[in-house]
Amino acid sequence: MRSLPKAAGVGFKPEHFDAIRRDAASVGFFEVHAENYMGAGGLPHAQLAALRADFALSIHGVGLSIGGPGPLNTDHLARLARLCNRYEPESFSEHLAWSSHGTEYLNDLLPVPYTDETLALVCDHVDQVQEALGRRMLLENPSTYVLFEQSTIPEVEFLSEVSRRTGCGLLLDVNNVFVTCTNHRIDPRAWLAAFPLDRVGEIHLGGHDEEALPSGPLLIDTHGAAVADPVWALYAEVIKCTGALPTLVEWDNDLPEWPVLQAEARRASRILEQQGATYARAS
Amino acid sequence: MPGHPEFAAAFDAGLKGAPLPRGVTALAPAEAERRFAVYRNNVAVGLIDALAKRFPVIKRLVGDEFFAAMARHYSETQRPTSPVLLEWGNGFAAFLESFPPLADYPYMADVARIEYARGRAYHAADGTPALPDSFAGADPSRLRLHLHPSLQLLRLKHPAVSIWQMNQPGSTAQSLAHAGPETALVLRDPGFNVPVFSIGPGDAAMIEQIMGGASLTVAAELAIWTEPGFDPQPLILRLMQAGAILTPKEIAR
Repeated sequence: MRSLPKAAGVGFKPEHFDAIRRDAASVGFFEVHAENYMGAGGLPHAQLAALRADFALSIHGVGLSIGGPGPLNTDHLARLARLCNRYEPESFSEHLAWSSHGTEYLNDLLPVPYTDETLALVCDHVDQVQEALGRRMLLENPSTYVLFEQSTIPEVEFLSEVSRRTGCGLLLDVNNVFVTCTNHRIDPRAWLAAFPLDRVGEIHLGGHDEEALPSGPLLIDTHGAAVADPVWALYAEVIKCTGALPTLVEWDNDLPEWPVLQAEARRASRILEQQGATYARAS
Repeated sequence: MPGHPEFAAAFDAGLKGAPLPRGVTALAPAEAERRFAVYRNNVAVGLIDALAKRFPVIKRLVGDEFFAAMARHYSETQRPTSPVLLEWGNGFAAFLESFPPLADYPYMADVARIEYARGRAYHAADGTPALPDSFAGADPSRLRLHLHPSLQLLRLKHPAVSIWQMNQPGSTAQSLAHAGPETALVLRDPGFNVPVFSIGPGDAAMIEQIMGGASLTVAAELAIWTEPGFDPQPLILRLMQAGAILTPKEIAR
């Protein structure tokens, strides 16, 4: 199976389709949310097929509820399998989060307490996904706003263990690292130092919002702004350690014009070249 | 400590307004409530936005603030049952019909039916339109037309097509021409636009007959019986131009 190019990619939005057809310089791949392409036909599939013909593709699920207590929705898994068979993406990824409860879909990536019970559950679910899709998936670290008294396993250890037990790769969202660490007053560099960077198959970068709490800032993962400077700095440090990796810029809300997003991709490209070169010299 | 199923149930209840689930905390525990509110807000706003995207004319008719409150109520009582949100909202029209604050606006539900149908048309399966000469020499009594999967016919109690059209960007219409029922024809054209037409009783009968598998002759006869003097030609031409007629099939003798 082909893999994503070690270049900058952009989350595809239909609003940008025409501009992308005119100029997609410095974009090495596109990523789409799986659930937006689960209709039978029409413009979404016409656009995706056209993009897919010219670019590497990452399909990113937001609705599997891998961290949920219930069994995975097998209808949804079958839809994902059909989508992957149709477009043969270079990568499929999902979140360490839950988004459904019983028969209800909650449309948000909700946090999972990190316990032996949830670790076993998440591993079972990841196994099931990889079996149903016949491919290795990437699991993404979340942005979180609360902690759980019942958690007994540090987040990094939880993710490492899921990857070790299931063989899945990891999607390192550097913005989520920054958001989560800031929110829980953890040093993001310590978080990253413990993280198994050798398991990372893709990096995500996105924008966040900030609120003020008595104890300090509360960052909210909105995907509605440019990538923040401290996130760029962390990203450059990661690439210096790992060498170039497929890197996606996400911007899902308050969409900018295409050139703005393209400029973000260009910034990621430059870091990939510069820090990737530093890595090559050092290794 | 509760197990994961109990945790998720309590968390979900918390999203719907119940007290903070047990175990939710923060480094400064007094902040747990405000931090949990981020999830409450994300779920509510995410679903409200999804409905706003699907029902832009309803939003325009009732105003942003009213729409947000109403959509929040709907999304809390009729949560999506699938992660495929493009299928969500089929109960919205019925909800509007029985929503007491809208009791004086009975047409609202019909407008929502049009908007939901447009979304269905947008995502419907593809079909290859027939070419203009596809029917050359065909015998209409044995000709059965296949319509595009996006095509839907809605019989509405109110002039909802006119209201929908008046509320499109750039519309200059100021007032309704009539207050009676309308039949909406919704379809996706080859350019992926989803227009909405108000059609007459003959057109509607003809389309329903075609969809039911009647031959062109039988469909036309029934349409003329429904609307004396009805001429099927303009409708067929319009459907052809909209790419709504797919491969012709002759009914075997």
